[in-house]
Amino acid sequence: MDDPLIIAGREFRSRLITGTGGAANLSVLERALVASGTELTTVAMRRVDAAGQTGVLELLRRLGIEVLPNTAGCRTSAEAVLTAQLAREALETNWVKLEVVHDEETLLPDPVELLDAAERLVDDGFVVLPYTNDDPVLALKLQDIGCATVMPLGSPIGTGLGIRNPHNIELITSRASVPVVLDAGIGTASDAALAMELGCSAVLLATAVTRAQDPERMGAAMRCAVEGGRLARLAGRIPQRFWAQASSPGL
Amino acid sequence: MKAQVNGTSRDLAEGTSVAAVVTLVGAPEKGVAVALDGAVVPRALWDRTIVPDGGVVEVLTAVQGG
Repeated sequence: MDDPLIIAGREFRSRLITGTGGAANLSVLERALVASGTELTTVAMRRVDAAGQTGVLELLRRLGIEVLPNTAGCRTSAEAVLTAQLAREALETNWVKLEVVHDEETLLPDPVELLDAAERLVDDGFVVLPYTNDDPVLALKLQDIGCATVMPLGSPIGTGLGIRNPHNIELITSRASVPVVLDAGIGTASDAALAMELGCSAVLLATAVTRAQDPERMGAAMRCAVEGGRLARLAGRIPQRFWAQASSPGL
Repeated sequence: MKAQVNGTSRDLAEGTSVAAVVTLVGAPEKGVAVALDGAVVPRALWDRTIVPDGGVVEVLTAVQGG
């Protein structure tokens, strides 16, 4: 069944976007990425240090996976805009996963700085994929100023707490016209499947795979979960009932 | 003269270019970008952009993350 994910006119067969952080080494990361089937993967921008490059770019290019730079670590709009511009220069892509977090304890997006940065980056010609709160109003505002997706969190980054407010996610997917990507908080496969059942177009995750006991196997599990959840969403689930309803004919 | 390079104070010769600083920090060939005093310096301008006294240079590359 041909059912591509389309972001800013670009088609992806996989609806799983992955991160590269947290993997024990590049070999583990490679096996996990291949098993996940991802076609779009995030990287962070950091100072060049004496240890030299990490080799993650070469890995992604070899695997034919598109690079999605993020602005992780940025706390203000100005920092995020500069980081995005540096990423565009370094990686020759105008796509950016926009992250502007408020504090280190929660890593929750700062909605004021986020909206400001998103506007400035859209004006500067970027394809902006913003990591946002599970706030249906903010999601609509990000869409209206020209973001290519909205990417609400299920729960804080790295917690693995899953989707804490499924109703908010459903409110977002029911009104958004751009793809909704569930970003952050995924702990295991059922969380990813639920995101898709709630109407998300894709799932973005990293820790759940890279820090799993067996990252390769969890990568495969996430691929199946996203596919299964998407199929279930398209198939249309049965309404929930209070009383039982026999599925076999009466005697 | 002195400049801040990736957060460290460095003594640089007068007329040092951004390209020279990129080499100095051992940056890889590809996947690198430079900001001078908070603004991106496009790669095509690295050779002819001179780091001023007290300049702040950031040399960035992609790492695992997100």
